Amino acid sequence: MDALIKINDLSGGYTGDLVVKEVSFSVKPGDFLGIIGPNGSGKSTLLKLMSKVLTPKCGSIVFDGRSIADISLKSFCQKVSFVPQDTMINFSFTVEEIVLMGRIPHLGRMQMETKKDHAAVIQAMTLTDTLAIKDRPIDELSAGERQRVVVARALAQEPALLFLDEPTSHLDIGHQVQLLDLLKKLNRKNGLAIVMVVHELNLAAEYCDRLILLNKGRIFRQGSVAEVLTYQNIETVYKTTVVVKDNPISSKPYVILVSEEDKACRQN
Amino acid sequence: MLPLQIYKMKTKIIFLFSILLVVIFWGIVNGPSNLSFQQLLLPQNHDILWLRLSRVSAAIILGVGLSISGIALQAILRNPLAEPYLLGTSSGAGLGAVIALITGMGTIYLPLAAFIGAIFTVVLVYNLARQQNKVPVQALVLSGVIVSIAFSAIMVFLISLSSNEALHGAMWWLWGSTQVYDARLLAVVGITVFLSVLVIYFFAQDLNAISIGEEEAMHLGINSEALKKILFFITSLITACAVSLCGIIGFVGLVIPHIMRRVVGPNHKVLIPATCIMASIFMIACDIISRTMFSPLEIPIGVITAVIGAPIFIILLKKKQRIT
Repeated sequence: MDALIKINDLSGGYTGDLVVKEVSFSVKPGDFLGIIGPNGSGKSTLLKLMSKVLTPKCGSIVFDGRSIADISLKSFCQKVSFVPQDTMINFSFTVEEIVLMGRIPHLGRMQMETKKDHAAVIQAMTLTDTLAIKDRPIDELSAGERQRVVVARALAQEPALLFLDEPTSHLDIGHQVQLLDLLKKLNRKNGLAIVMVVHELNLAAEYCDRLILLNKGRIFRQGSVAEVLTYQNIETVYKTTVVVKDNPISSKPYVILVSEEDKACRQN
Repeated sequence: MLPLQIYKMKTKIIFLFSILLVVIFWGIVNGPSNLSFQQLLLPQNHDILWLRLSRVSAAIILGVGLSISGIALQAILRNPLAEPYLLGTSSGAGLGAVIALITGMGTIYLPLAAFIGAIFTVVLVYNLARQQNKVPVQALVLSGVIVSIAFSAIMVFLISLSSNEALHGAMWWLWGSTQVYDARLLAVVGITVFLSVLVIYFFAQDLNAISIGEEEAMHLGINSEALKKILFFITSLITACAVSLCGIIGFVGLVIPHIMRRVVGPNHKVLIPATCIMASIFMIACDIISRTMFSPLEIPIGVITAVIGAPIFIILLKKKQRIT
């Protein structure tokens, strides 16, 4: 199958320093790719480069057979949507109004939303279980509800590819599982390709099909979860001692951290 | 929106619009010279009628211009408490006007001097905040505040060096009045404000998106940097025009959008037209109070808007705190 998005020798960052260096990989339709790595390894920057928020210094990003530099931001956003870490909203938009904003890339300026737009919004709210709270103001929701609304907005864009930047970092374990189960369902049933930056290694192991481990802006290892999440890789990149076991239920790798104190006890 | 919501919204707009018509009529009929509406229409009273019409028009232009540029700035800065003067326009205009008064350029050039002062300040603030081709909003607010303080200080320095007469003129002018001496100025400012507000309305959808966040707007296909620059200059143009026409009138750009967000919600497609109507009502009413309360003396309209606006604002702020 042809790659949906193909990154070739990509380098870039903010003004001055390169944060992402010579990164190459591709995402196929139906992929669920996780990007992991320590703080400051360039995970979020990579996602910003891929979503046209930042312009690459060198290298190429080809989406659907065309370089993203040649695709207008608007038509790019008709096919690719983005869920940020946390969205602070100071204005009391209702949930429905927020989700409806997902239709902006599909609308001309001053154009009223059509039946098709409203249908997409209803479907996105149904999938994310936000239909019941559609008239509530966004600034009165809990973090978990708010994140579901933001995912609903991203789905209302009807994307072929969805980027998420640490979508679960402000959520408790229940909401984390709820959100990731939803993403998994969309990925499996609707064939939505997902690229997710994630801090929590065990969440990445459990939900992603493929992982990219970044270290200082470069790809340290990419491949299947079992290939990437070995204790050698993690100890080298994160500079900490871990034990990797198999999850007794899913038999996927499971990373256990080891405290300084325990390590000392073992050695004695 | 559901049909019921649209119906409710239409009812609110029609209700506001009928209040506006009543207030316009009230503004024309009320004044120091006690004339009935029939008498006003007589040829010998045309001057008075014209005077009152021009005051009502000035009030509408000011209200609409200031509150809509308030809305646009609040969306760009993602802060419902931003106001049109935040970026230094008022102190720049004030300094321009004071320089004109002190150098004895005469009152005809006062609006021009204020306009030049405002535009100069805005360009200065913009360039101080600029980092390569980006304009971070925090830098914009910070340089706006710094330039405002510096220019206000220079203004006070110049006033303290000059005679009392000039000082009184400057103070009077700074606190605002809808008394327009030049019909051409009114027309030019009116057309500029009208076109600028249309442009802002044209970006209503983009304002919705950018009020959530600059990056969020980009993920919805909106070029945030370009949008910020366009809106920054349009709002500056409006405030510079408004200040040059009537001096510095505070609180309108802050309070009216705030009230209207509670009445019709934050969606700019509805918020902008609803705010235009409400701001007109508010300003005409303030103008009537300013010229009839202590008649024949006239209180600067900026005093009235502040006296009415500040308490409303405090009440709204307290209510908001209770929710969060």
